[in-house]
Amino acid sequence: MKILLNHPVREVEVKGPRRVREVLKELNLLPESVLVVRGDDLVTEDELLKDEDRIEIRPVISGG
Amino acid sequence: MRCRKCKGKAVLDIPRHHTAFCKACLTEFVCAQVERAVAEERMFTTADRVLVAVSGGKDSLSLLNILRKLGYQADAFYVDLGIGEYSRQSKEKVERYTGARGIPLYVHELKEDEGAGINDLADLVRRPTCSVCGTLKRYHFNRAAVMKGYNVLATGHNLDDEAARLLGNVLHWQEQYLEKQGPTLPDSVEGFAKKVKPLYRLAEREIAAYAIVNGIDYIVEECPNAQGAKMLLYKDILNRLESESPGTKQAFYWGFLARQKTDAQTRPSMAEHDRAVLHPCATCGQPTTGEICSYCKLMARAQKNGPAPVGS
Repeated sequence: MKILLNHPVREVEVKGPRRVREVLKELNLLPESVLVVRGDDLVTEDELLKDEDRIEIRPVISGG
Repeated sequence: MRCRKCKGKAVLDIPRHHTAFCKACLTEFVCAQVERAVAEERMFTTADRVLVAVSGGKDSLSLLNILRKLGYQADAFYVDLGIGEYSRQSKEKVERYTGARGIPLYVHELKEDEGAGINDLADLVRRPTCSVCGTLKRYHFNRAAVMKGYNVLATGHNLDDEAARLLGNVLHWQEQYLEKQGPTLPDSVEGFAKKVKPLYRLAEREIAAYAIVNGIDYIVEECPNAQGAKMLLYKDILNRLESESPGTKQAFYWGFLARQKTDAQTRPSMAEHDRAVLHPCATCGQPTTGEICSYCKLMARAQKNGPAPVGS
């Protein structure tokens, strides 16, 4: 699956199917620091992501 | 994962509350937390005029959205810091959000009024950009609220912001800042608007989720000046603790607030203390502890160090 990451904006490829929590672990991201968006919907950690999914991992931490 | 409340499909799990919510129940939860914060900390009522300092980010736009949804009189104020593409995009988000909903928006342009953007001003006064930014924003937020007839100034600071700031203050034993770290600061003297942080009960992740499920188009891009900022490091450390032990952030910050309230019973109130030490700045008239306020000192230093270059 294609995963859009931010800060900086970049795209990575991860093999599916995988649970959200496994993808976050593989990318070394803390669940508390991000939200996972599939299409227009937020998905929880137990959700299964498929190879054809387009995912955005959106950081929620700001420095201001 | 199912919503703990209605058993619909969950969109967000919240380990610190041992729960998960669907879109509708998440919105209800977030609004209820804000309503509780406003009531418990006696921030304002529907009779008050609230000016919300907006940046185009998830927190401030969500705060504006929630307060108006709850029936409060909340309008928007934006400071254009003149940080190139980042400021252009964030301003566009603010203008689009308020314009589409007919929300009154006031804009302060740093380049027009101070003669330079934040980066050039920081260079001129030889101080860290984030420190200059804080001084300028505090000054303009308060000034705009008072000048435009709002008695309350609301900012989008959330639980993560406050816990990270508390950690920084404790690590460096900056006890003088601890007293001012509550979610409500009184309008203790003439020239001060009341300052409130109605999102202090909500984590950044919960607010970002609220923004997404409610279709609030916010700027995801981080301020370029925040790269390497200590606040980001403190937040990361707290989130590592939170992942291992959910509830750590709220136990830390809310525990601090509980102790602050107990201590307040035996000490003069913040308003009494303010009235004893604050008086009008000799230059601008805003309340300050010194003869000249930090904003006027900063601007005097910028002028002394050379004409502020326009077009930063």
